[in-house]
Amino acid sequence: MMKTVALEGVTKRYGSVVAVRDLDLALHAGETVALVGHNGAGKTTQIKMMLGLARPTSGSVRLLGFDPSTAASSIRAQVGYLPESVSFHLALTGRETLGFYARLKGLDSRSLDPALAEVGLIGAADRAIGTYSKGMRQRLGLAQALLGHPRVLILDEPTSGLDPALRREFYAIVSARASEGATVLLASHALTELEGRAHRVVILNQGQKIADGTLDDLRSAARLPVSVRIRPVGRFAAIGWRRLADGSFETEVAAGGKLPLLAWLLSDASAIADLTITEPTLDDLYAHFLRREAA
Amino acid sequence: MTVTTNTDALPRVRLQLERSMPTILTLAAKEVREGIRNRWVLATTLLLAALALTLALLGSAPTGTVGASRLDVVTVSLASLTIFLVPLIALLLSHDAIAGEAERGTLLLLLAYPVGRTAVILGKFLGQLAILGFATTFGYGAAALVVGWNLGAAAWGAFAAMVAASVLLGAVFLALGLLASTLVRQRSTAGGIAIGLWLFFVLIYDMAFLGLLVASGGHSLPPLLIDALLALNPTDAYRLLTLGMAGTGSLTGIGALAGHTALTPPILVAVLLAWTAAPLALATSVFARREL
Repeated sequence: MMKTVALEGVTKRYGSVVAVRDLDLALHAGETVALVGHNGAGKTTQIKMMLGLARPTSGSVRLLGFDPSTAASSIRAQVGYLPESVSFHLALTGRETLGFYARLKGLDSRSLDPALAEVGLIGAADRAIGTYSKGMRQRLGLAQALLGHPRVLILDEPTSGLDPALRREFYAIVSARASEGATVLLASHALTELEGRAHRVVILNQGQKIADGTLDDLRSAARLPVSVRIRPVGRFAAIGWRRLADGSFETEVAAGGKLPLLAWLLSDASAIADLTITEPTLDDLYAHFLRREAA
Repeated sequence: MTVTTNTDALPRVRLQLERSMPTILTLAAKEVREGIRNRWVLATTLLLAALALTLALLGSAPTGTVGASRLDVVTVSLASLTIFLVPLIALLLSHDAIAGEAERGTLLLLLAYPVGRTAVILGKFLGQLAILGFATTFGYGAAALVVGWNLGAAAWGAFAAMVAASVLLGAVFLALGLLASTLVRQRSTAGGIAIGLWLFFVLIYDMAFLGLLVASGGHSLPPLLIDALLALNPTDAYRLLTLGMAGTGSLTGIGALAGHTALTPPILVAVLLAWTAAPLALATSVFARREL
């Protein structure tokens, strides 16, 4: 896989504050990576360095093989970026705004209609942005990031404030670009919604990378217990099971013990009315890695 | 054969400028479009036209016996109006340029595009200059047409020169406002600085200057010092430039002063150009170094 973004030993200080500390990170073509962390964990600083808007205090940042702060326009035109909170000029129309950004990337106006159609804004293209809903504004933001089929897409908190249906649509568009070979970096603190969307998860805490891997990697590294809940048909008694208010029972089992437990439970399937297995969520994983860091 | 860096640097800068020209024009066009949409262009043109017409109609009453053409009277009154109004409009337009974009989050996005920071400053400046130039030309032009459409070419020439000088004065304050906008993070702070600049250059400086002249009894100040003090304030340079011009000079007190000063119109134009270029250059270098 081709490396599109590479950070090596990157540290960024603002005065006495260390925003990013000794960070190594590589992103590859066709990969969707979730960058996860609290507000202030260093996500936006890291993105700014990838875009060449801030220079690292030490270490090196490479974007498509070049230093982004001095790279030629042709390199920087291959990056799409959606900032965390952006408000376009309310009096201009969606098409005018997108046209402005297209010209900055050296694209002609024929690229506008497909771009507006892709995010579902073609019907509202000639209305002032002041009349747009929050979701439409965010889709316009995505449209500008997608202009010119960038090889690297950096989306900072792209779905904050969107309803679930829009969110799904948003991720569908983004994953289509990833399958075309673009690198997608999703910065977020809304973890659960990234489940199943990202190939890899990078967890940042206080400017440091504390975890990096596929969700499965992280799950097995964390060895978080799986929770199993059953609703028995008749009486049920076993050691280590909690009785819940609705009459069902719950227990937690280490990842390796899950299948033997299930085999035991299902040996007499008629005794169980219902069975629910809850794998640790991204939120649990995140909390686990933060706890481990604090310890 | 060796080429010194000095002779090398200029073509390189030129090449860079040529490459970023489309970007600069794109940025300027967006500035103008926003100005049209949020009614800035309309409002300033109407404001300047209304005030200019009022002055023109009031000012045309007592002429005929003084020997000055009516258009000349209008030119002089408009020049006085310009000194107060045009810097204010220019500062209101420009103080928001960078600080406002930073606050709305669009600055980060804009700079993530293949756009040079110098191009951002120059594009904004050119766009705002176009707005101001339009408003001044058409606002004042309307008044001049009402009063003096059938007057001689000399009066029209003086009028055109006054309009051009007014746009130049506007350019000075656009550049100053842009500088304020790049220096601070918040648009409210930039707005405060803009108002301070206006008060200083338009009101306080002249009062202090007048005080100095009165205190010295009008004799002991060397002419060179007076010239320097006049050149140090762009509004005074503008005043000297427009009110001291042939044809209109006799109508104003400045005409008498203009006779003694070494500040000829070309020097005054150069002073105003320098007052535009210096803040722009400073804004560019501050902005280039700024961490986002």
